[in-house]
Amino acid sequence: MSEETEKDAPKKPAGRRKFELDPRLASYKGVWVFVEHERGVAHTVSWELMGEGRKLADTLGVPLAGVVMGAPGIQTRRFCEEAFHYGADLCYLMEDPLMADYRNQPFTKGLTDLVNAYQPEILLLGATTLGRDLAGSVATTLQTGLTADCTELNIDLENRSLAATRPTFGGSLLCTIVTLNYRPQMATVRPRVMSLPKPDPTRTGSIVEHTLGMTESEIVTKVLEYIPDNLQDKPQLPFADIIVAGGRGMKRPENFQLIWDLAKVLGAEVGATRPVVQAGWVELDRQVGQSGKTVRPKLYIAAGISGAIQHRVGMDASDVIIAINSDPNAPIFDFATYGIVGNAMTILPALTEAFRQQLATLKVAV
Amino acid sequence: MHIVVCIKQVPDSAQIRVHPVTNTIMRQGVPAIVNPYDLFSLEAALRLKDEYGGRVTVLSMGPPQAEAALRKAISFGADDAILVTDRAFAGSDTLATSFALASAIQKIHEDMPVDIVFAGKQTIDGDTAQVGPGIAKRMDLQLLTYVSSITDLDLENREITLHRRAEGGVQVLKTRLPCLITMLEGTNEMRFATLPNIFRAARYPLKLWDKDAAGITDVSKIGLKGSPTIVSKVFAPQPKTIPAEIIDCESKQPKDLAVTLLAKMFTRFPNLHEDIAKANA
Amino acid sequence: MEEKFDAIVIGAGPSGNAAAYTMAKAGLKVLQIERGEYPGSKNVQGAILYSNALEEIIPDFREDAPLERHLIEQQMWVLDDESYIGTTYRSAEFNQEPFNRYTIIRAQFDKWFSKRVQEAGVLLVCETTVTNLLMDGNRVIGVQTDRENGAIYADVVVLADGVNSLLAKKAGFHAELEPKDVALAVKEIHFLPEETIQSRFNIGEGEGVVIEMAGKITQGMMGTGFLYTNKDSLTIGVGCMLSDFKQQKITPYELLEKMKAHPAIKPLLAGGEMKEYTAHLIPEGGYKAMPKLYGEGWMIVGDAGMFVNAVHREGSNLAMTTGRYAAEAVIDLKEKQLPMTAANLARYQGRLEDSFVMKDMKKYKNMPEIFHKNNHFFTTYPELLNRAAHTMLTVDGVDKKSKEREIRKSFKQRRSLFGLMGDAFKMWRAFE
Repeated sequence: MSEETEKDAPKKPAGRRKFELDPRLASYKGVWVFVEHERGVAHTVSWELMGEGRKLADTLGVPLAGVVMGAPGIQTRRFCEEAFHYGADLCYLMEDPLMADYRNQPFTKGLTDLVNAYQPEILLLGATTLGRDLAGSVATTLQTGLTADCTELNIDLENRSLAATRPTFGGSLLCTIVTLNYRPQMATVRPRVMSLPKPDPTRTGSIVEHTLGMTESEIVTKVLEYIPDNLQDKPQLPFADIIVAGGRGMKRPENFQLIWDLAKVLGAEVGATRPVVQAGWVELDRQVGQSGKTVRPKLYIAAGISGAIQHRVGMDASDVIIAINSDPNAPIFDFATYGIVGNAMTILPALTEAFRQQLATLKVAV
Repeated sequence: MHIVVCIKQVPDSAQIRVHPVTNTIMRQGVPAIVNPYDLFSLEAALRLKDEYGGRVTVLSMGPPQAEAALRKAISFGADDAILVTDRAFAGSDTLATSFALASAIQKIHEDMPVDIVFAGKQTIDGDTAQVGPGIAKRMDLQLLTYVSSITDLDLENREITLHRRAEGGVQVLKTRLPCLITMLEGTNEMRFATLPNIFRAARYPLKLWDKDAAGITDVSKIGLKGSPTIVSKVFAPQPKTIPAEIIDCESKQPKDLAVTLLAKMFTRFPNLHEDIAKANA
Repeated sequence: MEEKFDAIVIGAGPSGNAAAYTMAKAGLKVLQIERGEYPGSKNVQGAILYSNALEEIIPDFREDAPLERHLIEQQMWVLDDESYIGTTYRSAEFNQEPFNRYTIIRAQFDKWFSKRVQEAGVLLVCETTVTNLLMDGNRVIGVQTDRENGAIYADVVVLADGVNSLLAKKAGFHAELEPKDVALAVKEIHFLPEETIQSRFNIGEGEGVVIEMAGKITQGMMGTGFLYTNKDSLTIGVGCMLSDFKQQKITPYELLEKMKAHPAIKPLLAGGEMKEYTAHLIPEGGYKAMPKLYGEGWMIVGDAGMFVNAVHREGSNLAMTTGRYAAEAVIDLKEKQLPMTAANLARYQGRLEDSFVMKDMKKYKNMPEIFHKNNHFFTTYPELLNRAAHTMLTVDGVDKKSKEREIRKSFKQRRSLFGLMGDAFKMWRAFE
């Protein structure tokens, strides 16, 4: 990704003439997905990537592999099985007590060694705090290209390369990036951007083991403690099935109470746009959008939200979208399922009441 | 103690618009700002300086106008500022950028040993979060990203303790200097510049380093040559759209609009009943 | 702050820049304080640049100043709801260099001007607000800013802080601005390809058109509209008296929308993308609303001094000229090693009186009141004029003489003969 572009015009497309891959890199084959896990649970983004990786591997006609690194034991091995369920053909496993907690140094060495030993052409990681921390270090060690926060991954069959699409210039534009003459081609993808595939519990694969080869004394950073978040207090937007979100059209922070009221009746999570979060009306974790969370709920109610692209990309995978906005020309009406043109401050309470009555009748019916 | 803070001047992307016909970026009058994420790292560095003494040097790689960002940093209290600027850097991706910055920091280190390098979590124009980790790797610094707070610094024993954000919780880490830290946003608030510092910033003789001054000899590692990733095309998003069904009714009353909406929605999507019931459970 | 300056200029708009630049060029130690993020961030203007004022300050400005188009054509429209009557003046003379008037885009122009100011040696600080003038008795000795350690001292303070000059009010130099003395103007910039603008307005590369408008677009309120051609954008705007906005309860934005929808204006904007929307207050009170312009250790320049000639749409050139005069007064006193007393600074006022600045301000001193008390200038007359034109120009079988009679009748009906004569008289008096 070009960080110092001074021109505004799009760059000349690369690969106009038939591209020849450096023969030394021709032996790099295979698509890998790094399987991230914490405290015994795999991060869903790993499986979302596995689904994406499966498509890429099929297009290229190469195997798909998961990479699992962690403390020795059945916990870690289970992730390999899960990887197979989600589509991996094989799994590279590195078990070591030094990897019980994530630390940059051992994980970077481990993943780099695996890459150098088994030479994948594509390596995908989730764009989580761990993924981004690790990906940057690994890419620099391998002196290869890394594209972050991709929204789309495709294969350019003409030269068997990965075309990674991501937003640029604040999200107003998209750009496609290729890493032509370096391997592996690395990319990170944010959680919930790709859809979660259905696991096939009958699928199996083979495990390839590899040693870390480090001692504790070599590792400079020590983990003193791990303080888990209090899940009760924390918003869980990425996995919420119902979300009610508010934008600047709510006019004042006090009006946001109407969002909370509706959310309560629906059992929904509360989300918000970036300007609202920046103004301090709600906490950062509730930000939905390109620089916030990507969500895939069954129902997304957007009140006072214009639907600008930066917000849209975070929620347009929702199954049903209800938009409430006083501006009939707001972009959100271009892609929402239902729209009400009106003042959110009067529509929201009406909706809350209507839903409340609907649910009451449902309860009685059941 | 000597801290180096890497910052970047970026266009205020919130104000950038795209021309609907030509797809060019309209930077008309869009101000350039210090990358907001960098400010959290800069403030963290200045707080360490307040507490433990020492100097803070700000470093940036960019075109000549990036000078304004460095002066801003001086106005907040940084002691020195260096702008690494050279045509040869044009077209650099993150790998090439971290190479150039690491070289420059190495040069700074030769002059006055560096104990901690701070960088911003990511930029608002690149969003990759790769330069910090890249610099750390090249300089063999311990990498600590997504740091929410620095709880202890023991200069004598060269140890630092801090909190790092993981997906489901916080890691309490202890490591040795020198290290590279990127701060999580919202972890502090940038101080107000004092008038003496503002004057200082306006008059500060900025150091301009070209690639030679930054100690770079291998030009294959910078600019386009040193960038494995290539932008193959830039385009406007063209999301497929089916416009919304606008709910309307005779009375135009919110109450009736709501009831009409629900009737239509639950008829077309009966499963929503179940989904809402589950969410409420 | 221990440091002392020869002069502190409050504000980095055209008047502040003119004053700071002129003094610094003469070797004085100048500090300029701007409350916005960068010079120009708080400035809004149509914008037309009158080159004479700038020529006196930076003679070679044409070399690198960001100029959009030089004007070769001026149009004046009087609008009714669906129509307008216009006059056009275009001259090949306007295409002879050096060009006299240019359209500019303030964001870029102010940046350029400030660059020159800093190159001249002025110390510029931004994002800093002057909260108070520091006084010793009734003499101004410096300023207090909103930053830590924020007091700075100087021999003279030049107030160039614009129409919202709170300082001048605070210091008691002038009374609170009244809504009738101020206009609220709003404008938008619409982007269009260069070639489209050129073919639409029948101009060549680098050439520009200015259209000044009055009439029904301001819904019976006292005000005017304008449309300027920039290199690859059009600036469209409208301004009305703040007191009228308050009375009519229409928002400036609504007014601008109505104007853009006018059948004669809409096609001119077709295909454009609106990029910038700004609003600003313009001093309109004229001569009668001017405050005291100098005192012990201080002077006022630019909009802060109400130096705006609404009739001729001059503001920024007066700003630059008054800024320069104030600077020259300071330079003069410094050379002669005289203190900045009110008696000595009176030469600034003297300079203004001798020049076109005060002469013009005085000439039009009654205009604001006339227009204010006679808002039919903005509704009845435009309507009548347009009707008259329509009647004359429609070929409908009625003979011209009857048409003329009809026109005269309609004028008299709407505005009695007495009223018509009275209006003519007032206009004559105002302009003489």
